[in-house]
Amino acid sequence: MEAKKEAEENEEMKKTEKKPKKGESKKEEKSEKILKIPRDIVVPGEVIVSGEDYLPSDGTMRESMNIIATRFGLVEFIGRLVKVIPLSGVYIPRRGNTVIGKVIDITYNGLRLDIGAPYEAFLPMKECFFPHGRELEEYFNIGDMITVKIFSIRRGDINLTMRDRGLNKLEGGMTITVNPNKVPRVIGKEGSMVNMIKQETGCLIVVGQNGIIWIRGENIDAELLAKEAILLITSKSHIEGLTDLVQDFLEKAKKGKEKLIK
Amino acid sequence: MTYEKRYDGRDFDETRKVEIKMGVIPRANGSAMFSFGNTKAIAAVYGPRLMHPQHLQNPEKAVLRCSYDMLSFSVTERKKPGPSRRSSEISHVIMNALTPVLQLENFPNAVIDLEIEIIQADASTRCAGINAAALALAHAGIPMTDLISAVSVGNIGNKICIDITKEEEDYEEDGEKLATDIPVAFAPRKNRLTLLQLDGKVKPEVLKKVIEAGNKACMKINEAQKKALRDLKMETELPEEEEK
Repeated sequence: MEAKKEAEENEEMKKTEKKPKKGESKKEEKSEKILKIPRDIVVPGEVIVSGEDYLPSDGTMRESMNIIATRFGLVEFIGRLVKVIPLSGVYIPRRGNTVIGKVIDITYNGLRLDIGAPYEAFLPMKECFFPHGRELEEYFNIGDMITVKIFSIRRGDINLTMRDRGLNKLEGGMTITVNPNKVPRVIGKEGSMVNMIKQETGCLIVVGQNGIIWIRGENIDAELLAKEAILLITSKSHIEGLTDLVQDFLEKAKKGKEKLIK
Repeated sequence: MTYEKRYDGRDFDETRKVEIKMGVIPRANGSAMFSFGNTKAIAAVYGPRLMHPQHLQNPEKAVLRCSYDMLSFSVTERKKPGPSRRSSEISHVIMNALTPVLQLENFPNAVIDLEIEIIQADASTRCAGINAAALALAHAGIPMTDLISAVSVGNIGNKICIDITKEEEDYEEDGEKLATDIPVAFAPRKNRLTLLQLDGKVKPEVLKKVIEAGNKACMKINEAQKKALRDLKMETELPEEEEK
């Protein structure tokens, strides 16, 4: 039993030794550059900071003096907040997120959608947007994809709305599903990445926060090219200079196609 | 005569070779393979997702639905496939070993499906299963306060052995079975015991030693688990250095 206590103490010692160093290194990284620096990876149960200077945020919790990680991911500091950015896992809905959902049921007062979250989402008829003089079940069909905004979340009850700019039923095109944690990389800084793909391929692209991406182009080749570019981003999401890499990929693909035509 | 040297030449406090692979099942939300020498377990986590049938939902928190099974080719004599009394008991035990660290109250009415399959068995399968499951849960992004590690401790002919094999499990002297298998699982950060099983006979004072020995071994396994999770990100980072 004594040995156990000792081991416990030793462990704690190790952690206290580690902590200040970790905090410092992160601050340094932050001051250098905010984005694109590979941040420290944590596993559940690891101490991120000790002391009461910081506050726990998503993916962390406070336990007496320490803030420990509760999820597997990358550490991030936002002011005094400590956060863990998850690297994997299902989509956790947030209020205000724009997502793409699939109609799974039509009820008398609205639609039920699957948005890839742990719970089904409900889109009330009042919040639906469809042409005047048409019935709900006439305009929407089971299996349709709709861009929606998350209006409210209450304990597993997700309510959606379509009353915002750019929210509508998606007609034609194709949808692909990617890891929802990699959506920020697909969008890029202020939409740079997705805008580039749009320009290069001439496709319309809608990226849902839940990892469902809708692509519609002039022809199937353009759509497939855009799809490949997006899959390239998700498979190499940790690389620096990803935008250049994707640009190269798209240009090469275009040249290749031109050659084929000639 | 006592058991003085282990059949495979290991030290008494040494585990078999630990091998971990993450993300072995691409369609699952999280998956891992964990092996102790010849014992290989794969775990897959699906969810959190909506619980069906609805009457099993818990409005307070998510339900961890655990299923452990050995594949028919995992043992020397073909195991009849399908659930058995043994597998459902172990499923339940694994569920109880893992729930103390999971923050299930974040997902009321949901279910987290955990599937553990033993693809090769050479004793201590439930421990390998728990280790794989802990990694798969972390990989699936389930909020949890700690990473559970488990190991089987044996009392073989009055010697405490870590991570026993099938051969040791069947150890006997003069036709009398003298092996006791005690699987233990720990939540390492606070040193909390989450699993303790025993089949066979053991003296109370020996049991204390067994738990201590198990604790030490679990700490080592936990380090290996943490390393595997960290390397998971390194893998995706590797091409970056190549390009530079």
